Amino acid sequence: MAPTGAGKTLAGFLPSLVALSERGGGKAKKPALHTLYVSPLKALAVDIARNLDAPIEGMDLPVRVETRTGDTPSHKRARQVSRPPDILLTTPEQLSLLIAHREAADLFAGLRCVILDELHALVTSKRGDLLSLAMARLHTLSPGLVSIGLSATVREPDELRRYLVPQGRAEAAPLADLVVVAGGARADLRMLDLGRPLPISGHTAWHSMEAIYDLIKEHRTTLVFVNTRLQAEYTFQELWRLNEDTLPIAIHHGSLDAAQRRRVEAAMASGGLRAIVCTATLDLGIDWGDVDLVVNVGAPKGASRIMQRIGRANHRMDEPSKAYLVPGNRFEMLECQAALDAVEEAAQDTPDARVGALDVLAQHVLGMACADAFDASALYDEIVSASPYAGLTWERFEQVIDYVATGGYALRAYERFAKILRGPDGLWRVRDARTAQNYRMNVGTIVEAARVKVRLGRSLRGKPGTVLPKTGRVLGEIEDEFADTLTPGDTFLFAGETLRFEGLAEDEALVTRAPPGTDPAIPSYAGSKFPLSTFLAARVRAIIADPFEWDRLPTSIGDYLVQQRRRSVLPGERDLLVETFPRGKRHYLTAFPFEGRLAHQTLGMLLTRRLERAGLRPLGFAANDYGIAIWMTRDISERAAFDPDFIGELFGEDMLGDDLEAWLDESAMMKRTFRQCAVIAGLIERHHPGQKKTGRQVTISTDLIFDVLRKHEPDHLLLAAARQDAATGLLDVRRLGVMLERIQGRIIHRALDRVSPLSVSVMLEIGRERVYGEGADEILAEAEAELLQEALA
Amino acid sequence: MSRGPHDGSPSPDAIEDALVAAGLRLEKTQKHPTITVAGEVLTLDLCGGIWLEAHRTLIVSDLHLEKGSAFAARSGQFLPPYDTRETLACLHEAIVRHDPARVVALGDSFHDARGPERMEPGDRAMVAALQEGRDWVWIAGNHDAAVQEGVGGRYAEALTLGNLVLRHEPGPAPSSGEIAGHLHPCGKVAARGRAVRRRCFVTDGQRLIMPALGAFAGGLNVRDKAFDAAFPKGFTAYLLGDGRVFAIGRAQLARD
Repeated sequence: MAPTGAGKTLAGFLPSLVALSERGGGKAKKPALHTLYVSPLKALAVDIARNLDAPIEGMDLPVRVETRTGDTPSHKRARQVSRPPDILLTTPEQLSLLIAHREAADLFAGLRCVILDELHALVTSKRGDLLSLAMARLHTLSPGLVSIGLSATVREPDELRRYLVPQGRAEAAPLADLVVVAGGARADLRMLDLGRPLPISGHTAWHSMEAIYDLIKEHRTTLVFVNTRLQAEYTFQELWRLNEDTLPIAIHHGSLDAAQRRRVEAAMASGGLRAIVCTATLDLGIDWGDVDLVVNVGAPKGASRIMQRIGRANHRMDEPSKAYLVPGNRFEMLECQAALDAVEEAAQDTPDARVGALDVLAQHVLGMACADAFDASALYDEIVSASPYAGLTWERFEQVIDYVATGGYALRAYERFAKILRGPDGLWRVRDARTAQNYRMNVGTIVEAARVKVRLGRSLRGKPGTVLPKTGRVLGEIEDEFADTLTPGDTFLFAGETLRFEGLAEDEALVTRAPPGTDPAIPSYAGSKFPLSTFLAARVRAIIADPFEWDRLPTSIGDYLVQQRRRSVLPGERDLLVETFPRGKRHYLTAFPFEGRLAHQTLGMLLTRRLERAGLRPLGFAANDYGIAIWMTRDISERAAFDPDFIGELFGEDMLGDDLEAWLDESAMMKRTFRQCAVIAGLIERHHPGQKKTGRQVTISTDLIFDVLRKHEPDHLLLAAARQDAATGLLDVRRLGVMLERIQGRIIHRALDRVSPLSVSVMLEIGRERVYGEGADEILAEAEAELLQEALA
Repeated sequence: MSRGPHDGSPSPDAIEDALVAAGLRLEKTQKHPTITVAGEVLTLDLCGGIWLEAHRTLIVSDLHLEKGSAFAARSGQFLPPYDTRETLACLHEAIVRHDPARVVALGDSFHDARGPERMEPGDRAMVAALQEGRDWVWIAGNHDAAVQEGVGGRYAEALTLGNLVLRHEPGPAPSSGEIAGHLHPCGKVAARGRAVRRRCFVTDGQRLIMPALGAFAGGLNVRDKAFDAAFPKGFTAYLLGDGRVFAIGRAQLARD
C-alpha cells in the first residue's frame, strides 16, 4: 500500500523480472505464463506494457510481455493461449474468459505470480467479486502462487489483505503481508476562488472555465477531471471555445471509441498535449510524469477519491502534487472545503468490503463448467476461499447451481433444457458448445445503460414545432431512461444550455435552443453518479453548523449561510433540518440529511408514501446529494402546527419496514437493479450468437419478468441478488437506516412563509424518479383531460 | 365538488361527466368503459379483453402462452415459467366478471407451435376449466397457425359477429367493422419528468386493435407507422391504467 506516485507498479514486477532473467536454459523449455498482471483499465494495461519495455530492453532481458484486452484481435488471443508470453497484462473480464477456457489448467499450471493493480478501486464493485472468484481458481490451478496487490492508501488495509489470499475455515482469517510506503510529498491543493458568488445549483462550473483555461496556459500539462461524460463533453467544448492559443487539449472518456482513446493516450505519453479533460477512466494510475497540475471540476464526493485524483499530478514521491478543486455551485464549495480538510489530515473514506454478489457467482459457475467438469463440493470450497464469498452457505451455493442449470424455479419446467448437467460420475458439465459460446459473449459485470444522442436541430421560422433534423451538431448523449421521460416541448438543461426537446428521430433526441431566459422545466441529469461519501457529508454538516468555520470559506458562501440563518435556521452537526413552506399553489417540504442522492431518492419515495397516507396529496419530489424537496397539494405547515409530532413521526425509523418492502417491489430503481442482476447472471443475454444488435429494442422486458417473478417466486435467487444490491447500490437503503437512527429526536422543523436559501438549492434540483399520489393513473388522467378539452373545443 | 389532483385541472369526476356528455361514452365510475365500433357496443375490460354483451362474447388477443418456455427451448434463457398461469389468471378474472357464452382468442394464443406440448399439466387443466360450458374459438395467428388441436375448443381463421369481423392481423381497410390483434399496441404518456407506458386498445370507430394479454408479450408504441397504416384518419387509444381504462388522444401520446 502506497500513496499514489510512489512507483509501486514497477516494484510489483521486480520479483518477476528477476526470476525470469535468472531462469537458465529458457529457450529449450516450452513457453509458459509466469506472471499475470490485472488492471481495472485497458489503458492501464497498455501503459504498463509500455513502461515495462524500457527496463526489459535496457537490460536485454529474455522476457516477453503482451497485453490482452477486449481490443486484442482474436487470432492473437488464440496464440496467447497456445504460446503464452512470460508476462501477460490484462483486465478482470479477460481473466474470467481465460479461466473458463478449456486449456485453462495447462495455461496457468506454471503461473508463479499475479499482480492486481489499483486493488482499492477493483474491490468496490462487482468486478472485484468476479476477480476474487478468478483468483480463487488461479490458486487452485497453481498452488503456491504468489499474489501481489497494489493499492492506494485505504481505510481498512486488512480487507485487501484477506482478498489476496485464500481464506480457510479457521477462526483467524489469513492475511497477505502488508508493505506500507509512507509519506509522499504533501499536496499543494486549493479551491479555485473566483471572488464572486457561485450559482446555487448546477454542476457545470461554466463560471470557472476561463480560470481553468488560464491555469492550463500556466502549466506544462494539466489533467482536468470531471464527474460525468456529459460534463467532460461540456468542459472540453468550453475550453476549446476559449482556446485562442490553440493549445493541444484533448478529451478522454468511456464512450469514445477505442481508437480515439488510444490516440489520446499516446499523445499524452509523448508529451504532445497540454491538457486532457477526462472522467474516472483516467482516475487510476497511468503514469504521466509530465503532468504538473490536476484540476477537479465539480464535487469531490469522497476524500480518498480526490486524493487519488490529485496524485495523478507529479507522479513522483519527492514533489508535491499541485491541484485545484473547482466547485460548480455553493454546496460544492462546502464539499470542496471538507475535502481540503480531509486531505490535510490524510483521512480516508474508502468504502467497506463487499459481500460477493450472487449474480456474479452464477456467471462464474457457468464459466467453470465451460472450462471443465466440476465437482460441486470442490468448487464450493474454492469459492468460499475468496474473501467476498467467505460467508456463502452451502444451501445458497446449491441454489446458484440450480439457477445456472435450469433457472432455479420451484416449478421444474426447464429440466430438459438444462445448461449444465450432472453426469453419472457426479460432475457438472456444460450442455453444449453453444452454451459455452453464449457464456463467452456475455461475460463481465458492467451493464451499460442504453443512450441516445442529443442533436441540436434548427426550428423552421414561422412554423413552430417543425425541426430540421441532422443539420446541427451532436451535443452529447443522454440515457434512455431520461429520454423516455421527455415529451416534445419540454425544456431541460443540457451541456450548459436550456434546450427544448422536439422529438425522437431514430436513435437521436432532437432539440432546439430554448428562448433566452427560459427556466428548464425538466431537471437535467447532470449530477455525479457517485454519491457524496458519508465522511465528507459529516464534515459538510460540521462546517455548516459552525460559523467560525465560515471564515475559511469564500465570502459568498459565508453570506449565503448567514442569509439562511436569518431566514430560517442552520442545523447542528447531527440535526436534520426540515422546512415547510407554500410556493405558488403548492406546499413544499424540504429536508437536508446530506446522505447522498441515492439514499435521498429512497427517502423521497418513502416519505411520499407516508404523506399520501396522511392525506397531504404529494405530487412529486426531487433529490440531490444534500437534500430532498417534496411538493404536495395540501398545507403541510398547517398539519404540523395542528399535530406537533407529525414531522417527527414522518421521519420515524419504522419507515424502513413495510413501506420499504412494498415500495421496493414497484420501484423503477429496483427494476433497474433487477435488470442488471438478470443480465450479469445470464437470465437475459446481452449478446446472442448471430443476433444483430437491436439498439433500443430488447427481446423481452425485464420489468415484465420482475413482475411475474416477484408474484410467483418471491424468494428466487435473482430477487435476493437484487435486494442485496438495493441495500448499498442504487437505493442505498443501509445508509438511509443509519441516518434515520441519527436524527431521531433531532429534527428541527421550520414552517416558513417562503422558500429559504438552503431550500432553493434542492428545489432547483433533480428527481429522476418521482411518485405521485395515484401513481401512473394521475398522469393518464391528465392526458385524458387534454383529449376532452380538444373534444369540447 | 371535489378538488382535482393538480391545480387548475378539472377533477376526475368532472372529466368523466364531460366525457359522457361529449359523446365519448366513457360511462361514469366505470373501470371498464363502453364504446361503439361499427355500431356494436363494446366494453373495454381493464384486463385487456373486450366484452360484447349483445353476443355474450369475450374476446382476448395475443395470449402468447408458453413464451417463457419457448425462450428456454430456443436460447437457454430461463425466464420464469409462470407467464402462462399469470396470463390465464388474468383471463380467468375477465371470465368470472362477464360469464361469457363464447370466448374468442384472437390469435397468437401460443407463442409457438410447440407451446401446447410444453404446457404444465396444471395450466392445461386451467384452460379446460375455463372452456367448460362455453363455445371457445381459437383464431389462428402468425405464431400459432400450426396449432390445430389438443387444447380444446374449435379453430377458425376468422369469425363474424354482427357488424364485426374478428381476425388476428388487421386486414386491408375494412369495409365493415373489424377487431384485430397482432400489433401489441402500447401507449406512452410523458408528463413532468415521468413516463407511463401501458398496453392499450386503439380504435377509429370502425376498426379496433386489441392489446396483447400475454404476461411476457412486449408492446409496440401506437405512434409507430404500423398504426398510421391501420388508422389513416387517426385514432383514440384506451390505455390500461392501474384502476381503470383511460381514453387518450393521439396528440397526447409520445413516441418511444
